[in-house]
Amino acid sequence: MSRTDPAAPPRAGNHDSWTRALSGWIEGLVPKGQWLPDRQPAYVASWIYVFGVACLAALVVVIASGLVLTFGGITWWHTNSFGHFVNSTHLWSVELFFATMVIHLWGKFFMAAWRGHRGMTWATGALAFFGSLGTAFTGYLIQTNFDAQWISTQAKDGLNAAGVGAYFNVMNVGQMVLWHVSFLPLVVGVIVGLHLLLVRRRGVVPPIGAESPVGAESPVAAEPPARAQPPTASAPDAAPPGAARPTAGVSAQEVGS
Amino acid sequence: MSGQLVTSTVPAGAVVQWGFLTITAANLIVILTMIVVFVLAILLPFPADRDEDRP
Repeated sequence: MSRTDPAAPPRAGNHDSWTRALSGWIEGLVPKGQWLPDRQPAYVASWIYVFGVACLAALVVVIASGLVLTFGGITWWHTNSFGHFVNSTHLWSVELFFATMVIHLWGKFFMAAWRGHRGMTWATGALAFFGSLGTAFTGYLIQTNFDAQWISTQAKDGLNAAGVGAYFNVMNVGQMVLWHVSFLPLVVGVIVGLHLLLVRRRGVVPPIGAESPVGAESPVAAEPPARAQPPTASAPDAAPPGAARPTAGVSAQEVGS
Repeated sequence: MSGQLVTSTVPAGAVVQWGFLTITAANLIVILTMIVVFVLAILLPFPADRDEDRP
């Protein structure tokens, strides 16, 4: 997937240093200008496209509030009013995270979002969902209240029956705390990062019926893209380079309203 | 130890039941709200871009 600018002066070899090779590899992961694009296709102007980034915003609050909780310790939120507030923030941001993630999932499912070589984008989203379930589960186990006791004693039977209770002991608060604050967030973070990378790499999926023009659904496989053109009267919904564009006749008004 | 029975002061909460299906009212409300938000996200118009009218 390495791409070079034909106008650039020849270098003494693209792979004469691993840092240069790594830099080129990172640059080639997404089409040029697509890491943080400032323009999107017209069909993105719809509320159903909001839930992905809403989910991401909730995840940021989840991580930030969780980090604050780690400073106070496992029972801090029961004895300190600020700790109680941060704990509640953590809980409700998780609720929002899952609600927006599931609505995002519904929207993408009915949009068949795996179209246009986006199968891995869909798969990493599904993995992020299951990873988040495990992280939330361990979070409920370490509340240090009756609720956590109830959940752990109910879950242990199923996990013991599955033969994993010796390695993943839900009655062991210390083990669950460490899973919750180290391994599982790392897994979710890496998967979400991959998911976002693939979204930027393949572009946002168009709605069914607003298919992209030929060649625009695999932007990363295309030739080095040109810079974004300013919107014109003939193309008011100009999409960023490499991003999928709606078909002619599908305007922002038609898609977004 | 006083020997008193320790009980939770938190009530169990309402539960809705249809046949074999049992769900807490809180969970049911959350799920129904999500469905409503999903439908509204499809039906409601998105605010127009403020830059749209600029030359």
